[in-house]
Amino acid sequence: MSTSRDLTRLGAAQMAEEMAAGDVSSVELVEAALARIDAVDGSAEAGVHAFLHVAADEALAVARSVDEARAAGEPLPALAGVPVAVKDVVATRGMPTTVGSRILEGWVPPYDATLVERLRAARTPLLGKTNMDEFAMGSSTEHSAYGPTRNPWDLERIPGGSGGGSAAAVAAYEAPLAVGTDTGGSIRQPAAVTGTVGVKPTYGGVSRYGLVALASSLDQAGPCARSVLDAALLHAAMGGHDPRDSTSLAGRAPDVVAAARDGATGDLAGVRVGLVRELGGEGYQAGVQARFAEAVDVLREAGAEVVEVSAPHFRYALAAYYLILPSEASSNLAKFDAMRYGLRVGDGDPQATAEAVMSATREAGFGDEVKRRIVLGTYALSAGYYDAYYGSAQKVRTLVQRDFAAAFERADVLVSPTAPTTAFRFGDKLDDPMAMYLNDVATIPANLAGVPGMSLPSGLADEDGLPAGIQLLAPAQADDRLYRVGAALEARLLDRWGGPLLDRAPALGSFPRRDLTTTGAPA
Amino acid sequence: MTATTELVEFDDAVARFDPVVGLEVHVELSTRTKMFCGCEHSFAAPPNSQVCPVCLGLPGALPVLNGAAVESAVRIGLALNCEIAPYGRFARKNYFYPDMPKNFQTSQYDEPIAHDGWLDVELDDGEVVRVGIERAHMEEDTGKSTHVGGSTGRIHGAEYSLVDYNRAGIPLIEIVTRPVLGTGPRVAEVARAYVATLRDLLRSLGVSEVRMERGNLRCDANVSLRPSPDAPLGTRTETKNVNSLRSVERAVRYEVQRQAALLTAGGTVTQETRHWHEDTGVTTSGRPKSDADDYRYFPEPDLVPVEPDAEWVESLRASLPEPPAARHRRLQGEWGLADAEMRDVVNAGALDLVEATVAAGAAPAAARKWWMGELSRRAKADGVELGDLAVTPGQVAELQGLVDSGRLTDSLARQVLDGVLAGEGAPEQVATARGLEVVSDDSALGDAVDRAIAANPDVAAKVRDGKVQAAGALIGAVMKEMRGQADAARVRELVLERLGA
Repeated sequence: MSTSRDLTRLGAAQMAEEMAAGDVSSVELVEAALARIDAVDGSAEAGVHAFLHVAADEALAVARSVDEARAAGEPLPALAGVPVAVKDVVATRGMPTTVGSRILEGWVPPYDATLVERLRAARTPLLGKTNMDEFAMGSSTEHSAYGPTRNPWDLERIPGGSGGGSAAAVAAYEAPLAVGTDTGGSIRQPAAVTGTVGVKPTYGGVSRYGLVALASSLDQAGPCARSVLDAALLHAAMGGHDPRDSTSLAGRAPDVVAAARDGATGDLAGVRVGLVRELGGEGYQAGVQARFAEAVDVLREAGAEVVEVSAPHFRYALAAYYLILPSEASSNLAKFDAMRYGLRVGDGDPQATAEAVMSATREAGFGDEVKRRIVLGTYALSAGYYDAYYGSAQKVRTLVQRDFAAAFERADVLVSPTAPTTAFRFGDKLDDPMAMYLNDVATIPANLAGVPGMSLPSGLADEDGLPAGIQLLAPAQADDRLYRVGAALEARLLDRWGGPLLDRAPALGSFPRRDLTTTGAPA
Repeated sequence: MTATTELVEFDDAVARFDPVVGLEVHVELSTRTKMFCGCEHSFAAPPNSQVCPVCLGLPGALPVLNGAAVESAVRIGLALNCEIAPYGRFARKNYFYPDMPKNFQTSQYDEPIAHDGWLDVELDDGEVVRVGIERAHMEEDTGKSTHVGGSTGRIHGAEYSLVDYNRAGIPLIEIVTRPVLGTGPRVAEVARAYVATLRDLLRSLGVSEVRMERGNLRCDANVSLRPSPDAPLGTRTETKNVNSLRSVERAVRYEVQRQAALLTAGGTVTQETRHWHEDTGVTTSGRPKSDADDYRYFPEPDLVPVEPDAEWVESLRASLPEPPAARHRRLQGEWGLADAEMRDVVNAGALDLVEATVAAGAAPAAARKWWMGELSRRAKADGVELGDLAVTPGQVAELQGLVDSGRLTDSLARQVLDGVLAGEGAPEQVATARGLEVVSDDSALGDAVDRAIAANPDVAAKVRDGKVQAAGALIGAVMKEMRGQADAARVRELVLERLGA
C-alpha cells in the first residue's frame, strides 16, 4: 500500500470505494485526518481553529471496529469508516456541546441528536465538534466565545458563519465531511467563501431533534463537503423522517445520491433554470457577479434553458428574518438560566437570589450578539408590538413563499450568487451588525420558505483570488433536483478549471495545537 | 393593612352586592405518557425518576404531541357541549418559573381545541344552573417545588428548594367558565356544585383520576362583586389551587365577605391572585395580576398544527358515556331510592359500586345498605376510600345471596365480611372455613333445645301452660349456645314441638 499519498485529499465517496476495495483502512483515514487537524488546526491564537473538541480516541475506536467488521465480511453502510466532523450545535452523548457559547461551557449531553444517532448507526467515526458563531448567530464565526475560525484560503479572513468551523474543516482537509446547520445561510454562505459545497435540505428533511435551537421554524441541518456527491452521501446518511421531531417530513426522502451520480454526466437538457432578478446587482462584488455569470453560461452549455424570474418580496425577507429569528431565539434561549446545566456565576454569595445568579450568569455567559438578539426578540414579541413586528414578519414570510411558488411555475431550479462578497477580513463588519446581516440576503429566503438550497464553488473572484459561490434553489422536497443540477454544473466547472478549486488554495503552515481539557473547554 | 380583615356577614354581603364567580379548573389527564414525550407519569414515583431530555427541556430536545391527550381533550370538549376547533396550534407562553424547565409553557392561547359550551349544574334542592364554558384548552403541567427550611412551606424564608420534574409535562386540560351571573346568595354553593359536577363528568369519561387531594383537579376561583346586576363586573380576585369541594365553597364565601367589607368601607378590591388557607379558612394576598401580563405568546414552531378529523370527532361524540346527571336519574328510578338516599350514594362515591353489586345479582336496597352502612363504616375506620376496600361488588352480592338463601344471618354475614376483608377468600369460602353457616341440622338443634328446656324448667312450664310468648327466652338460650349460627324460626318450631304447645 502506498504511504506517500495524502489520504486527507480523498473525498468521502472515494474513501468508501477504496475501503471497500481494501486499498485503505478506516484507521488510516482517521489517523490521517487527526494528523492533519494536529498540523493545521492550531488554536484560538493561530491556525484554522475549526475544532472546539477533537474526539480522537472515540473516532479511532469506531474506525477499528469498522475495519474489523469489514475484514469479517459484514455488510456495512455506505459511509462506514468515513470520518465526519459535527458542528457544535448538535448534541453528542459523551462529547462536549457548547454551541460556541460560554454558557454551555463543559456541558456534555446525556443524549445524541437523531442525526448523530444515524451517523453512529452508519458507523462514521466522529472526529469532533466544530466551531461556530455563538448560538449560530453571525455570518463570520467571529462571534464564537472560543475565538474565531480562520479561512484556509487566507487566515486573515473569515470562513463564513455561523458554520465556519464545519466549512473550514472541510476546506482545510481536516475532514472530508462535516455537519452544519443553516438558519439563514449558515451552511451555504460558509461553503461559498471557503470554496466548498454546502446544502440546506428542505425544512424537515433532516431531524432537528438534538440541535440546540436557534430559531425552530428556520433551523435545518445539512452536509458540508468538497463535492456534490459527497454532500449527497452525508445528506442521505442523516436525513429522513424522525418521529421525535413533529416537523420532520414523513414519507420517502428523495434519493439524493442517485441524483448526484446521475447529474455527473453533465447533461441538463430540458432543465429550466430561473435567474432571480432580485438576488444580484447592487451590493454584489464584481468578481462574484462575473463568476456567477460564467456559471450560468455553463448551465446553458449543459443544455439548460435559462429564464429570468422575479421574486418581488425577497427585498423584505431580510427584515422579516431579523424579526422572526430573534423572536424564536429569545424564547429558545430562556432555558439557559444557570440552574440545571452549563455555566453558573455568582452563587458563591449565600445571600444571592436565584434571579441574581441567573442575571450574573447570563451577563457572563452570553456574548453581545446573543444579548442583542434576545432583547430584539423579547421586544418584537411583547404585547402591543407583536402585530407590528412578529405578525408582519409572518405575513412577509407567506409572501416570500408565494414568490417561490410563482417562480417554480416557470423554472425547475433558481440560481443566484450565494453571498454578495468573498470572505472579508476579521473585524471588518464586527461593529456593524447590519452589514453582517446583509451577508445572508441571498440565502435567507430559502429558510423563510423551507425550500432546499445548495452552494457550490463558481470560481475565484478576480479582485482577491478568493472563492465565490453559486446558489441553487429547488421546491420543497425536490432536494434531488439540486443534486442533479449541482453535480452537472460541478462536472463541467471542474473540466473547465482542470481540477478542484480547492487545489488552488495556498498550503497551510503548521500550528501548535493546545490540548483540550477533559471537560472539553476549548483551547 | 391590618393582619386580619373584618368580614361582612355573608347574607349581608350578598344582600348588598351582586356576586359573580368564574372558575378555572386544571385537570391532569390520566394518559399513560406525558403531553410531549414518552415518559410515564404516576403519582408518588421517586422524585425525578420519570424524566427525559424532552420534559427536562434539555437543549435540543423537541416535543411530540400525545395523541391520547388530544383524544381526551376532544371528549371533554364534547361532553361540555363545546365546539371542537377543526384547526389549532400550540403557543409558547413565555415566563420564568423555577419548576418550568424550558422557561416557557407549551399551551394553547388563541386557538383552544374546545370552546363555547355549557354544563348544567344541579343544586341540592334540584335547581339547575347552566354554567357557560368559554374554552377548554390543552397544556403541559410544570414541575413541583418543595421549599425546605421555612415555617410556611413557601419560598420566602426557605433555606433551599427541591424541584421534582416528574410532574413537568403531564397533560393538563384547563376548563374556563364564563362569569356565572345571577346566583346571588347561592354563589358559593354553585361554585362547589359546578366543580363537583365537572368532577363526576370527567370521572365518567375516564380521562382523569380527578382526585383533588392529589392535584389531579385544581380549581382557581375568580370572585368579584358589583353593586347590582345591571352594573359592569367589579374587580376580581383569583384564589389559586383550591383543592377540595368544601374549600371551593368556603373560599368563595370568604372572598365575597372580604370584598364586601372592603367595598362597604369605601375601599377598592385589588386585582391579584390569592392563596387559600385550609386551616384558617382565609385567603391572603398573592401577586398582583393585571390583564396585561406579557407572556409574549407566539405559535409553537416545534409542533405541527392540531387538526382533529371531523369524522373522528363525530365518532368520539357517538361514543360518549351517559352524562352523570342522566345516569343518576335513571338509576334512582330503577332502584327505587329516595332523593336523599341517592344523593348519599353519589356523594359517597358509591354509585359505581352499588351499580356493580346490583349487576352481580343483589337487590338495590340490599346493595345500597351494604355500601352505605357496614362498608362505609369500615372504610372510615380504616381511613381508606370505599373503592379501595378489599372486597369486590361481586363478593358483596354473593354475601347478600347467602343471607337471602338463609345460609347466613345478618350478623353471621358481618363476620364473613371480616374474613373477606382479611383476604381469606370469597364469602362462600370464608363461611365454610370459619364454620359460620346457619345450623339447620335438626338433631344438633334438638339437643340444644333439650338442654335449654332442662336448664329452664320454669319457662318450659309456662309454655306448656299455653304462654307461647315465653318461648322467646328458650329460643334465645339456644341461639346463644349455637353462637348465632341457628335458624331462629326452626328453633322456635322445635321448642314448641318438644313442649307440645
